[in-house]
Amino acid sequence: MTMPFYVAPEQFMKDKADFARKNIARGRPLVATVYQNGVLICSENPSRSLHKVSEIYDRIAFGGVGKYNEFDQLRVSGVQHADLKGYQFSREDVDARSLANLYARYMGNIFTHEMKPLEVEILVAEVGARPGEDQMFHILYDGTVVDEVRFTVLGGEADAISTRMAESFRPDWPLAEALAASVRALAGPDRRIGTQELEVAVLDRANGRRAFRRVLEAEVGELLAQAEETPTAGTADRAEGADGEEAARGGAGEA
Amino acid sequence: MSLPIFTPAEGPGPSFHELLKRTGLSPLAAPAVGGTAVPNGPQGMPFDLVHGTTICAVRYREGVVMAGDRRATAGSAIAHRTMEKVHPADSHSGVAIAGAAGPAMEMVRIFQLQLEHYEKVEGQALSLDGKANQLSQMVRGNLAMAMQGFVVVPLFAGYDLRRGRGRIYTYDPTGGRYEETDYHADGSGGRDARTTIKLGFREDMTREEAVELCVRALWQAADEDSATGGPDAVRGIYPTVATITAEGFARVAEPEVAGTFAGLVELLRATETRQLPAGEQGAHSASRGGERR
Repeated sequence: MTMPFYVAPEQFMKDKADFARKNIARGRPLVATVYQNGVLICSENPSRSLHKVSEIYDRIAFGGVGKYNEFDQLRVSGVQHADLKGYQFSREDVDARSLANLYARYMGNIFTHEMKPLEVEILVAEVGARPGEDQMFHILYDGTVVDEVRFTVLGGEADAISTRMAESFRPDWPLAEALAASVRALAGPDRRIGTQELEVAVLDRANGRRAFRRVLEAEVGELLAQAEETPTAGTADRAEGADGEEAARGGAGEA
Repeated sequence: MSLPIFTPAEGPGPSFHELLKRTGLSPLAAPAVGGTAVPNGPQGMPFDLVHGTTICAVRYREGVVMAGDRRATAGSAIAHRTMEKVHPADSHSGVAIAGAAGPAMEMVRIFQLQLEHYEKVEGQALSLDGKANQLSQMVRGNLAMAMQGFVVVPLFAGYDLRRGRGRIYTYDPTGGRYEETDYHADGSGGRDARTTIKLGFREDMTREEAVELCVRALWQAADEDSATGGPDAVRGIYPTVATITAEGFARVAEPEVAGTFAGLVELLRATETRQLPAGEQGAHSASRGGERR
């Protein structure tokens, strides 16, 4: 008697993981880091309309790398979950940790029970009321959740980018410096990334009820130029504070 | 709670209200209160319904001013002195409500969520017409409740970023939606407020003039309608006034509203008392209040 299609469970899981990892690594990476006023999320994305970074709720943002349609479905589910939870209970009760766990459970379930795992890695970030209270959850294709407090890298070449980020990371750095370091880490030593290739968004504590704000191309250019003028230490703090105030005024109507 | 995952064919799309229905949470889709009502309350209801009263909106040079008094009544009693009837619907529109307070506040809440939900899921905000249409569907969804006396009549106004001007929409209890060109007022004191605005409206008013006109309309409504609250200088409670312009929805600060009222009171005192012979401002004068026009 033969056992024609037997595959050992170890082999089966390993094949699935390799498949997911390989396809995720083909996508362009994403870096998220805490800064003075909240969380900065920065990604290489040539498309202006198909976003990798989006708003989930008042203080929560979503980032995804890998297969667009798969992480976009996760994003929409996250928005639906958050809005339902805020409606049923209170806006304050919607938090990133619980959403990250739901994502992890769903993605783990797919990885174990479906033929094809999800070819995505996602980020759920939440800005806290004070510096040091920001949270970032990095969720892998198999449902593994990693909790980060400084920065996290999603997608291909994550290790190399993480090493470069670790070299320049400084807690409480201003936005311009954090952005410049993130872009340098994404590009590596031999490459420059143009502003039109970047998708940047922040969760800004000073932005009113809805902390999420897209940083558009012109502002990205200004911030990068500003970072070049003030190479290291926190001399850009003053400009940063003014930035935050302006954003707060803009969003005040929705408070 | 679990993560809402829908197949592509069954999903609620970008509509939060549809999502509420799919998850069985929608209060607007709830069956109306059954049985025959006990004839105690004013509308054959077993209790006095809490009502919100006068709201108005006026178009001006930069956009729209919306205003509403703060009183809520239950029968002939004052239920609340500080109710807010003018709310931001999203960054560039506002919704004001008159009618049964409970269902109205719930409708505002779902409407706000509906607009924000659409914006997040789709990545861009609805058009102003789209927003007005959404509200119309929600009012119509309340029809069964309206038939039993829980009538909700919203007033919707916003700044149309694509057309570059303020626009005002009114509704009837069946969900009928009508766009007004210049102004509108609704609620129990709506008629009086509307007349005041009609007489005072001019094309191309400044912000100050439009705010003053709304404040005057609310004053006249409070003067004629017992369910509409006037300014309460003792407690420092003043009507809610908000402007919606290209810069977005912004509340007019309470001190400014108080100042506008103070100016109005000065003006009325001068004009109203001058018409009475000295010494006759006693009991008989009560019958001719407020005929300044």
